[in-house]
Amino acid sequence: MVDFLIKIAVIALYTTIAMLVGILFMGIGRKIVARVHNRVGPPVYQGFIDIAKLLTKKTNISHGWIYDLALLFSLTGIILTILFLPIGGVKLLGTEGDAFLVLYLLAIPALGFALGAGASGNPNAAIGVMRALVMMLSYELPFVITMIALMIYYDTSSIAQIVELQRARWAIMIPPFMLAAAVADMALQGMLMEAPFDIPTAPHEIASGPMAEFGGKHLGSLMLYKAGTIVAYTTLFVDLFLGGGVVMHDGSILSYIVNFAVWFLLILLIFTLSLLINASFPRFRIEQAFKFYWKYEALLAFISLIWVYLMVIS
Amino acid sequence: MGLSDGDIMRYEEWNKISRIASRKSLWMLHFCTGCGAVELPPVMTSRYDMERFGMGPMATPRQADVLLITGYLTVKTLKRVVNVYEQMQSPKYVISFGSCPINGGMYWDSYNTVKRLDRYLPVDVYVGGCMPRPEGVMNAFLELMKLIDEGKARGWEKYQKYYEQYKRNQKMAFGFERGKNEGD
Repeated sequence: MVDFLIKIAVIALYTTIAMLVGILFMGIGRKIVARVHNRVGPPVYQGFIDIAKLLTKKTNISHGWIYDLALLFSLTGIILTILFLPIGGVKLLGTEGDAFLVLYLLAIPALGFALGAGASGNPNAAIGVMRALVMMLSYELPFVITMIALMIYYDTSSIAQIVELQRARWAIMIPPFMLAAAVADMALQGMLMEAPFDIPTAPHEIASGPMAEFGGKHLGSLMLYKAGTIVAYTTLFVDLFLGGGVVMHDGSILSYIVNFAVWFLLILLIFTLSLLINASFPRFRIEQAFKFYWKYEALLAFISLIWVYLMVIS
Repeated sequence: MGLSDGDIMRYEEWNKISRIASRKSLWMLHFCTGCGAVELPPVMTSRYDMERFGMGPMATPRQADVLLITGYLTVKTLKRVVNVYEQMQSPKYVISFGSCPINGGMYWDSYNTVKRLDRYLPVDVYVGGCMPRPEGVMNAFLELMKLIDEGKARGWEKYQKYYEQYKRNQKMAFGFERGKNEGD
């Protein structure tokens, strides 16, 4: 019973920290993009102010109960995804085969978001949702192929175990996975909806797409969801290719803190890379993005898969 | 069932937090009606960089806090502005640019220009000039932040309180009953 309560407390702690890190990253991201534009930029805690402002708005327009609940749906989905990903090597809910589970869970928040946007009834939102679903279809093919390559190499389908097996050297140091990591990083760009793949939420074309009708508290919870996605996707990448940020293995309190700090630095690195690409490229059209993922990315991912397979059988 | 002193104090504290948050994160919707819109790019980009104060452009009225009326308004545009203003979520603020929304400016004798915006929408801050320089625009944003901090930017409450009067003025400007001939 006590173990159970401790587990719940740890899960609550980690979820809160992950969300806070996500909100902080939104501010850091705006700061980085501002520096690229040669501006001063907002303070790094701007994300907290924005969410506080949105959650303290006096009026909120609702477009029916689907609109209200879909946001909770996507927020819950993203928190559940974070729980299945090892953060700094700490496994919260992971079990055997959770790599497949995470792939399914990653679709839930996006679908919840689509549901809410669809319920708002705005034509721009409908276009945005359609684009978001096409984007999901596009980036998941190369990403799944790289995940399969990892699963073949490490002979497991548990993310925690993949992290564990990268103790000696990170996956990105093995030649085929360098290629796979490059492919997965571009897929990550699409997942985070950063340019050149910010097609679903293009503010100048379709008035921020699915978010067009969201305001007040609804937009606030949407920003919480966005903060969660930043942490979830970058953590997934770090867990798969960069050993989850685990550098100390002795299980002492210090090792937890050090691993957590390294995890934070690594996801910040991955997020910064994604933002630098975002700040320097214009937007693809949806069919260009689709072609990019299914033609070039999928081909490269497939080459890395065959390479890994040849390494394993020889 | 009245509110106790503690409740009112907590409510005040909560309002204070809300004001601090909304002062530091004003999302604006620039309704580019007149020439004032051309003064905004320097304010947004690296020369004056309004994002230092957490301000930024937003795509739709639902997401925005500040409505910028950048220049003169014709009667036809006023209809759209009122629609946009009513779609925004409170607390919401209006900043008007230049002399045209104050007294008609160079369009003082025009037959279809709105001379005093104040009669149709509650304006929180005016920026004078024809057109105001980006420095003036920045100054207006800082002034609005100061007013919000002091709890004086109450245009949206005024609009709720005197809704009937504002509607009557708007109807008089449109020249017909609003809602009947919505599509012009």
